[in-house]
Amino acid sequence: MTDLHSLVLESFHVEQDAKFGSFAGYRMPMQYSLGVKGEHIHTRDAVGLFDVSHMGQLLIEGTGATKALEQLVPAALQEMIPGQIRYSQLTLNNGGILDDLMLTRLDGEYWGLVVNGACKYGDMDHLKKHLPAGVTMRYLDNYSLIAVQGPKARRVLSEMIPEAEKLIFMRSTQTLWNGHDITLSCCGYTGEDGYEISIAKQFARELAEALTQLKETTWVGLGARNSLRLETGLCLYGNDLTTDTTPIEADLSWSIQKRRRTDGGFLGAEIILKQIKDGSSRKRVGIKPEDGRTPLRDHTILKNIAGNVVGEITSGGFGPTHNGPVAMGYVSQNLNAIGTELLAEVRGKDLRCTVCDPIFVQHRYVRNLSH
Amino acid sequence: MTVKYTREHEWIRIEGDTATVGITFYAQEQLGDVVFVELPEPDTAADQGAEVAVVESVKAASDIYAPVTGTIFESNAELSDRPELVNEDPENDGWFFKMNLSDTSELEDLLDEADYQAFIQEEL
Repeated sequence: MTDLHSLVLESFHVEQDAKFGSFAGYRMPMQYSLGVKGEHIHTRDAVGLFDVSHMGQLLIEGTGATKALEQLVPAALQEMIPGQIRYSQLTLNNGGILDDLMLTRLDGEYWGLVVNGACKYGDMDHLKKHLPAGVTMRYLDNYSLIAVQGPKARRVLSEMIPEAEKLIFMRSTQTLWNGHDITLSCCGYTGEDGYEISIAKQFARELAEALTQLKETTWVGLGARNSLRLETGLCLYGNDLTTDTTPIEADLSWSIQKRRRTDGGFLGAEIILKQIKDGSSRKRVGIKPEDGRTPLRDHTILKNIAGNVVGEITSGGFGPTHNGPVAMGYVSQNLNAIGTELLAEVRGKDLRCTVCDPIFVQHRYVRNLSH
Repeated sequence: MTVKYTREHEWIRIEGDTATVGITFYAQEQLGDVVFVELPEPDTAADQGAEVAVVESVKAASDIYAPVTGTIFESNAELSDRPELVNEDPENDGWFFKMNLSDTSELEDLLDEADYQAFIQEEL
């Protein structure tokens, strides 16, 4: 067995009654005493706390950093203002996705990247290979990342970090908390309003304890993190996105801004732009069973009514807020319309199911402060 | 009435030549919140160890095996609408199915309660 890395907060999580499992090479909290369903519901109703320090935090800086990064992701970066965050993908020459990530313009030619834990070393090799001399990359191995997610996250976190109150979705700010530098970003992966806080490891316990003391917070493990993202139609790299999946097939064309669609200039652009124009042979969709009860799990085969294989479920399970099965997968282009009837092969039997919107529970991001 | 246990964490309550089968308290604890149970049709003949039912929790799907050879004559219809009964009362109202026993000698290989408790202590 390979050696697992430990989170700097492992002993803290043990004190919180975490049950651990391995993920992305780390021993990670899978659930705490509330259990997956309880933690999921609590995050949708109040505030969930997540230790996502397994994720890769990278800094890219130097003259030409912005243009260099634009060759590796299809998002428009040059137009972004300091403190703005965009979701994008590291694409490959075949149009496939090496990883999906968040990019924050910290300042002019100074970028913060958050990449998936399971992909981070491969991503760093890729970045090193492609970034020009003069643009440097630093891996923030000595930083933790704590997510604070839920409809009450804004209210409770503002009591501790006043900057949280005015920070809207996909904006980030660098500030001080208890005398420690933090990067506070309004984003996350639950579909809810919320934040991610980056802090040097030696202060992570101090932050974790302060967050635990806040009203209506509970720690949430990877089990509920998965059901929360799945219910809101968010992709999991390795399941729903792979090196053989393009952003267009994954229905992520919204993350490719207009200038990049016109001008290209990123790895795989030829294939990706052609798919934007002509469509792709398969598409990511939501899938629900007609009986409303049977969960459709990862790798379930999808067939058309005639019984021919037309796709596969890539992520599936039970959504506690939806209170029913939730799943996403890929189907052939002619079968991706909402309402299309398909068959899912579950334990040797063909179960009737329907193509639907992969967003089973609506996003509740705070995009402006007018209300 | 005797209650026996399997190493797959099922309990089997024997009354004459019929048996009621469910999963143990320990099993439901390990599974987490149960969200779906697929039960066998009545008159299903099953060999000992055959996959006859499926229990799905928020985490994963798990197979349920016939603890002995026999014919399943009734499934717990209540579990379709209330799969959470498996968590709330696993060893009574959360039962899965009832079967007629074909070979009572198979019962000898099953664990009694003390042996089962010792078995799960080893797993922990």
